[in-house]
Amino acid sequence: MDKIFLYASLILCLIMVLSLYRALFGPSVLDRLIGVNAIGSKTTVLLVLVGLLFHRVDMFVDIALAYALLNFVAVLAAARYFQKRGGLGR
Amino acid sequence: MQKPPTPQERYQAEAQVISGQIRPVKRFYAFLFVFPTLMALWVVLSGRFDAFHLILGVISCALVSFLSGDLLFPHAPHPRQTFRLWWRFPLYVPWLLYQIFLANLHLLYLTFHPRMLQLIDPHMVRFRSTLKSEMALLTFANSITLTPGTITVRVSPDGDFVVHAIDRFSGEALPGEMEKRVARTFGED
Amino acid sequence: MNLVVIIILGLGLVFFAGGAVGILRFPDFYSRLHPAGKMDTLGSFLMLGALALYHLHPFTLDNVLVAIKIMLIVVFYFLASPTATHAIVDAGIRAGQSAWQKPKQGAGS
Repeated sequence: MDKIFLYASLILCLIMVLSLYRALFGPSVLDRLIGVNAIGSKTTVLLVLVGLLFHRVDMFVDIALAYALLNFVAVLAAARYFQKRGGLGR
Repeated sequence: MQKPPTPQERYQAEAQVISGQIRPVKRFYAFLFVFPTLMALWVVLSGRFDAFHLILGVISCALVSFLSGDLLFPHAPHPRQTFRLWWRFPLYVPWLLYQIFLANLHLLYLTFHPRMLQLIDPHMVRFRSTLKSEMALLTFANSITLTPGTITVRVSPDGDFVVHAIDRFSGEALPGEMEKRVARTFGED
Repeated sequence: MNLVVIIILGLGLVFFAGGAVGILRFPDFYSRLHPAGKMDTLGSFLMLGALALYHLHPFTLDNVLVAIKIMLIVVFYFLASPTATHAIVDAGIRAGQSAWQKPKQGAGS
C-alpha cells in the first residue's frame, strides 16, 4: 500500500508541474493566480499523502489544514487587492 | 414565517450591529447558532475528552460566540428554523455531490476533446432568483459555481445573478431544479 | 477494501490531471477558471475521502478523529473553493479581461 501512495504522490507532483506552467508564463497576473491556487489545493492532498508515507498522519493532517486555510487567505487577499485596485497595471 | 427584510431594513440592521444596538434576542439566536459549531470544531481539533480540556473549550467558545457571534450572522433565524436546517441540509448534500460528479464528467470530456474550441461557447447569463435569505443565496451561488459548467460572477442581495457559462448546454439549465431544492432546504417554497 | 481505496484515489488523480490540462488548454481567463475551480474541488474530495477511508482501518478513537479531521479539510474546501473562484472572477471583471468569443462560422446556425 505504501508503494501506491508513493506513486500517487509522484503523479500528483507531475500534475503540479503542469499547473506551474500557468503560474510561470500566464499572460496576465490573474492567470498566475489561478495556477497558484491549483498548486495549493494539490499540496494539501500531497501533505496528507506524505503523512501516510511517514505513518504520522495525526501530525501532518494539522499541517494540511493550516496550509489549506493559508492558501485560501492568500488567494483571497491577492484577488481583493487587484479588485480594489481596479486594474492590473502594466 | 416572518417576512423577509427589504434591503433598507437589512442595511439598518447591519448599522445596528456595527454600533452595538442590536436586540438581545437576535444576539441570543446567533449565539445558539455559533456556539455548537465552534464547540464541535474544538472537540475534533483537540481530540482530548478529559474534563480540563472540555471546560477550557466551553469557556473559550462561549466567549468567542458571545463577543462576535452576531457579526458572523447578523440575521440569525429563529432556533426552530435553524434546527430544521440541520436535518434538511444533509439531505441536500448528496444530491449536490451527484450533480458535481456529472458536471465534472462533462467538463472532463470537454477538456480532453481534441476539437475543444468548437465545442465550448463562453457567454454570460443573467437571471433573477426568488430566494430571499442571505444563507440561501450563499448556498445557491456556491452550488452554481460547483456545478454544471457555470461560475457565479455577481450576486446582489435582492437575488440578481450574473453567471458565466462554458457552453450553451450548461447555460440553459439555470436556474432550474437547483433553485427549487435550495428553496425547499431553507423553507422558502 | 484496499482495492476500493485505490480506485477512488485513481479517479481523484484523473480529475486533478483533467484540471491541470484544462488550465493549460482553455483559451481565455474566464473559461480557465472552470476546470480550476471545479475539478480541483472534486479531485481533493475523492482523494482525501479515499485517504480517510484507508486510515479508518484499525477502528480506534484516534484514527476516527484523524479521519474526521481529513473530512474537515474537505468541508473547508467546498466552502473556500467557490469563494476563491468568485473573488478571482470579480477581480478579472473589474480589470476588464477580454473574453474569448466563438468565431462566427458562416451566416446560418
